[in-house]
Parts: sequence; C-alpha cells; structure tokens
Amino acid sequence: MSAPRLEGRPPQAGPHTHAPRPRLGDMALVNIALLPAALWAVYLFGWPALNLLLVTLATALLAEAASLWLAGKPVRPHLSDGSALLTGLILALSLPPWAPWWIGVVGGLFAVVVGKQIFGGLGQNIFNPAMLGRTALLVSFPLEMTAWVTPRPLFTEHAPSFVEGLRITFVGLPDLDAVTSATLLDTAKTAVDQGGTIHGATGELFAGIHAFTGLTGGSMGETSALLLALGGLFLIWRGVIGWQVPAAVLGAVALLATVFHLIDPDRYLHAGHHLLSGALVLCAFFIATDPVTSPATRLGRILFGVGVGVLVWVIRTFGGYPDGNAFAILLMNALVPLIDHYVRPRIYGRDRRGAPLDTGKEGGR
Amino acid sequence: MFRLFGIRGGVHPEEHKHPTASRPIETLPLPERLCVPLAQHIGAPAEAVVKIGQRVLRGQLIGSGQGRVSAPVHAPASGKVVAVDDLPAPHPSGLPVLSVVIEPDGAQDDADHPVPSDPLAMAPEAIADFVSRAGIVGLGGAAFPSAVKLNLGLSGGAHTLIINGGECEPYLTCDDRLMRERAEAVIDGVRIMRHASGAEVALIGIEDNKPSAIEAMRQAAAGDDAVQVVAVPTRYPMGSEKQMVQALTGREIPAGKLSAQLGVVLHNVGTAYAVHRALRQGRPLVSRIVTVGGGAVREPRNFEVPIGTPLKALFDACGGFAETPDRVLMGGPMMGQWMPSLEVPVVKGTSGVIALTAAEVRKHPVQPCIRCSRCVEACPVGLLPLEMASRIRKSDYDAAGKLGLTDCIACGSCSWVCPSNIPLVHFFNFAKGELVARRAAEERTSGLRELAEKRQVRLEKEARIKAEKAAQRKRERQARAEAKAAAEREAKKQAREEQKQEEEA
Repeated sequence: MSAPRLEGRPPQAGPHTHAPRPRLGDMALVNIALLPAALWAVYLFGWPALNLLLVTLATALLAEAASLWLAGKPVRPHLSDGSALLTGLILALSLPPWAPWWIGVVGGLFAVVVGKQIFGGLGQNIFNPAMLGRTALLVSFPLEMTAWVTPRPLFTEHAPSFVEGLRITFVGLPDLDAVTSATLLDTAKTAVDQGGTIHGATGELFAGIHAFTGLTGGSMGETSALLLALGGLFLIWRGVIGWQVPAAVLGAVALLATVFHLIDPDRYLHAGHHLLSGALVLCAFFIATDPVTSPATRLGRILFGVGVGVLVWVIRTFGGYPDGNAFAILLMNALVPLIDHYVRPRIYGRDRRGAPLDTGKEGGR
Repeated sequence: MFRLFGIRGGVHPEEHKHPTASRPIETLPLPERLCVPLAQHIGAPAEAVVKIGQRVLRGQLIGSGQGRVSAPVHAPASGKVVAVDDLPAPHPSGLPVLSVVIEPDGAQDDADHPVPSDPLAMAPEAIADFVSRAGIVGLGGAAFPSAVKLNLGLSGGAHTLIINGGECEPYLTCDDRLMRERAEAVIDGVRIMRHASGAEVALIGIEDNKPSAIEAMRQAAAGDDAVQVVAVPTRYPMGSEKQMVQALTGREIPAGKLSAQLGVVLHNVGTAYAVHRALRQGRPLVSRIVTVGGGAVREPRNFEVPIGTPLKALFDACGGFAETPDRVLMGGPMMGQWMPSLEVPVVKGTSGVIALTAAEVRKHPVQPCIRCSRCVEACPVGLLPLEMASRIRKSDYDAAGKLGLTDCIACGSCSWVCPSNIPLVHFFNFAKGELVARRAAEERTSGLRELAEKRQVRLEKEARIKAEKAAQRKRERQARAEAKAAAEREAKKQAREEQKQEEEA
C-alpha cells in the first residue's frame, strides 16, 4: 500500500488510544443487576406490580425524550445511555407495588424532568433523581405511598388476575385496607410511639428469612435483600461500583443499631432488622452509589456512605417516617460539593495544604 | 532485595510490544537526503556552521550550541550540504524549523574526535563537557541537554543517579532491545555518568515486563555494587521522571523543583549508551534506535537510524503500510505527538514512530461526565481530573489552577480510562496554555504600567529642572537688569555730581 496522505488532516491530541470499550456500559450493568430483584417483585406482587413498573419506566423514558427534544439535544444517543431507564427502575422499585398508575407517572415525570433535566441532563444533577421523585410522592400522596400489600405471588390462589390487575392499577383499589398490611418498620415505630415495646409488635410479623427472600410486605424492590445484595455484589465484582459506599452505609446502620439495641432492646430494633428491612440494601448498593450524586474520592465516598447510614438510622428511630432512605440520600447529596471541596487526594510533590514539599536531602537512601 | 515504593494511580494499556521486542535492531539503509533540524532539544537552537555545497564528514559539527542550555548538532552521514533552510518540524503544527539538508555520499567517512584514555579518571566537569560537545540530549523524548543535568547533579551534591529503562509507553521497544543487545555498553555509559554526576549509586529501573533486558543488564552490571538493576512493576506511567523517582527512592520531587534538588538525577538508558559512544568511541550523537510500530505497519521492527531520516524511509523499510493509518505518531500512543506529514525527520528525541489504525485509536463520541471518578483513581499525581475539566468547561482557569492544573504531567491516564471518552488531557493542555498566556499578558501590562510610571516621573523631573533653570535665568536677568540700572543710576549720579562740581567751579 502506498504512503497515505497525512497532509490536510486535522491534528489530533493525545492520548492516541483508549481503554477498550466494554460491550455493556455502567448504566446497562446496573440495570441488569437490578433485574432479578425487579422480576422477583413482579412475581411476588403480580400483575399490578408489572403494570406500575411498565408505566413508570415508560414515563421516565418519554419524559427524558421530551426534555432532550425541547433542549435541542440529540434524543437517540442520550436516551440509549440507559440512565433514564435506571431512574425509572429505581423509582418503580421504591413504590408500593399496587399503587395507582398516576403515582408512577407523577413520580417518573418529577424524577426525570425536575430531578435531572432541569439541572442540565445526565451528570449535572445534584440530587438523585429517583429519590427526589419518591420524596415528592411521599410528601404529596402519603396515603397511596404507604399502602403496602402482602405478597400474593403470581399464579397462586389469592393473586389478582390480569384483568383485576389492570383494575387495581388503573381504576384503583376498591378497599385498600382489606389488602394492606403494616411493614416491620411501621409496626415498630407505632409500637414505640404508643409506649409499647417492639418485641410484641414484631415478633409474629418478622422472620428474618422472609425479609431476606422478599416474602414480606413493602415496596417492590425493598422486599428481597438477597437478590438486591447479589446484584450489588455483581456490580462490585465488575468494578462498576466500589465497595466503600455499600460497606459504609450498611456498617454505619449496623453499628448504631447494635449499640442502641444493647442499651435498650425494648426500644431499638437490632441490626438484623434494620439491615434486612425497608429499602436499605437497595439504597446501599444502587442509590448511594450513584456516581453523579456522590463524592469523587474514595474517602469522600466513605464519609458520604457513613452519613447516609447514620441518617437512615436516625430517621427510622426518631423521625416521623418509618423509613428514611430517600431523605438520607437527598440530605447527603446536598453535602457532596462540600465533601469534594475538603476531601481531596494529596498532590504529588505537595503537602496536604498544597504547599511544595521540603527539598531536604538528608533522606537519601 | 531492593525495597520498592508504591506510586499512585496509573493504568495498564495493552502493551503491543511483542511484534518488535523479539527482533534484533537492524540498520536502516541511508536515505537519499537527511534533514537535520538545528533545534532538536530544549533550549536555544544551534547555529549552522556549514555552507551550502560544503562536504561534511560523519560526526562533523554542523550546528554549534548557543548559550548555557543548548546542544550542538552533528552530521549524521558524510556527504554534501545541499540546503540550510526552514523545513517542517516533527511537531503537530508542522511549523518550519531551520534545518541542514545533507545528501549522503555513502562513504561514511568519520570526523576525527579524540577519546579520553580513561573517562573514569577524568574530572567530572570534563566528562560533562565531552557530553555537551557530543550533542547528547535526553533520549527518552524530552531532549533536555544531558550535560546540563549532569552538572546540576554535581553542583547539587547528587547521591543517586537513576537510569530510566521503564519504557512504559505501549509499542515502544527501542530501550528494551538496546538493553538486551548492548547491555555492556549501556552499563559502561552508566558508570561514566555516575562518575560525572558525583552520585554514590546508580539505580537502573526497568519495568518487569522486560525480563530479558533485566537479565542482560544484571549480568553486565554484576560485581559492581554501585550499579543496581531494579525491576519495577509494569504500570503506566512508571517511566515518567516523577513516578520513577518515587518508585525507586520513595521521595517525591517537590512541586516546581527539579529532581536534582532531592539529590537525584535521572537519565534515560539510551542517553547512557550515547555517553558510552561519545567517550569510548569518539562518536557524537548522530543516530539512535527507533521503534517503527503500530497496527498499520506491515513488518514492525527496531532500526538504528541516522538523525534526519524522513519518517517515510522508516515505514518503507518495514514494507510500508498494511492498511491506511488513522494517524502517525512520534513517540508512544499515550504521550506521543501527532505528525503532520511523513516527510518530517527523525530527531534525537524520537523513540518511536507509530502508525495506528482506527481500531487501535478507538476514537468514540464524547459523552457527558457522570463523575464515575475512574480518572481520579487513574491519576498518578493525585488530581481530580473531572473537577478540573468542569472548571475549564466554564473557562474558569484560575479555579482549575487551584485544583492543581499545573501539577498535571499530561500522562493521559485519565483520558485513556474515561468511559465517556472526554479528552481530558486536551482540556488541561488548553487551560495550561491559557494560564500561561494570561500570565504573560499580566506581565506585559504590569511592565507597561511600570514604564508609564517611570516616564511620568522622568517628565516631572524634566519639568522641574526646566522650571528651575527658567527661574535661574529669570533671577540672573533681574540681577543683570538691576546691576545695569544701578550702574545707570551711579552714572547719572556721577554726571550730576560732575555738573554740580562744574557749576560750583
């Protein structure tokens, strides 16, 4: 082959090569890691759960597409980055499975439009979009957002049929109280608030194995700690997320819970209850690890995770809401710029304050 | 066992070294023309000392070094000087650089350079002087005049000489082959340099992906406690000066300082070989070993190449291109320079010429930063590339500077690892340029202000002197007028008195 003509080509800056592009990007892997828990939730809560999931996902994607189109950005490449799908999926997993369709629509719109696109789109938002959506829903529609049904797995006796499922999602439940039940955290909070002890309240309701597998009431993705933790470990193994944040979140909750449970077992749930119930595992592995809204350094991420864990425990124990993951995440999101300002690696040849190191030569080998 | 120290961050690009690492160094046939730039090094360009039409011998001085930081240039082959002209430089800009064009006659007559009988018995300054006159510059790529560095080590009381055999850039194997094939000569050069820099010990750092080179060098250095060969972990950018010093001594070069201020001087293995040739064989630096590689090249290999050989001759000698290269580089793919044409010459700092295919370049569309922080993990300096880039995107260069922009060594690890394909190094180079330009502009305005103030002072002084002189003149005039009037009065008085006397008489 003859010499190529290089003249007239635009100069290129280095580096002139790049790490191999993985077949599946980070977003895709996170979506995949959440899939088992999502499918399990659909199985446990039946057709209404699937309807709500699909409505939420569709809303998130449509809201993203519309926002991109309005902003004059290319729709297809941004839409296919998987971030809107992930926001929709995490939001759906944090909703009560039999919630009406408009919960998914309002939540999806709020999360994507207000939570993300108004800030400038992917990578620009300060707060986790899904948690912003969930919080807006919880504050605005507390009744619908706390109607937990007990699991009725598909194709079992008490499961709603496909048509009933459509009615539950799109028309509304005829009698909400008939099918709902309190979650463990609800029960514990009510019992303590009324001056009782948590033992009597949680004894028959809670069996660890049920929380682990998901055979308990709760939002779609709160129920199976096992599948969520497996998904999270898969992400750590693939290098998508670091171990620091999940370890910090779970560790902080476990430590606080253990210490206080030892002090007063009647008033404070023990660590196992805390770790396996509510959305804590989902939060630790999939929400607190959102790179956009967490600090840039390892130490910063550990601080962030500890902060989330402490806030979750404090809100669960002393706050007005039974579960505090979304609030904890949003509060810590707001601190991320501060953490990133103060927690930075030491620069080569400089001390922690940024002054050049001493040149003293006596240290030669 | 030698104690190694860790370095921060770094990446593992695919090495692509095997196509050339297994082949011996070959000699490139002389090209028809050699274009030898007079500015191949950091510092002042050399000045041409030959005339068009003149015959030169191989190794004859054709450009003499100018000033303290500079290097002379010698004829890479015997032949006729056919032009001294501005020709495209081996630089992305392709801007012209004054070059001496030589048509080799093939005789390869050598200019006569005396060699000392025993360099190790010479005064260190005399060795540095030899090195300087041989036109030796850092062959690792930076092309800093080596004699200046040796003298820095000597005057700074260096205790350690580090010889960099890291060769951490992918594709490049010129140092690897040199160490395998000419280990004795390299070690001899190291001994001379250790003597010249006044160091107690010479440490030769070689990445552990080059076991044959490590073995050959260890054998050549056996029995000499002052020269140690150290295998360092293979991790880009281990071969960068700061990282090599850190890995071997555990110390960091303080920001804004030179390694000599730590008592450490660092030279490339190729430089050590050039020193050996200059002091043992009387050969100035007129050729070097160059890796010709990249996926677009039909038969990649290493050549010993006369300085001034056009890149095209190197690729032709490798059987040309197997496919159209996406780009041709001088140096490795991480920090190498994009070349504007195949007519530009090999210079002293050319470690390799690489023709990459589009598949090797892996250029992908840029996506938004999602703050995944892989760049933070990869940065060997401890910077926050994502934060600096977000400041630079807003043209806030001062904020980027506060985050440590000027400490960036432009190694490219952050860009390489970025899953959103953001050209981070490009951002940083641009912002560094902006900061430099701004500082220059500030200096210019403050200089102008100073000049204006001085002028004002001068004008005021002149006006004052003028006024004083005018006052002086006025006073003198008045005094004269008064004197005149007084004289007149006196004369009148006298006249009156005379008249009175006459009347009285």
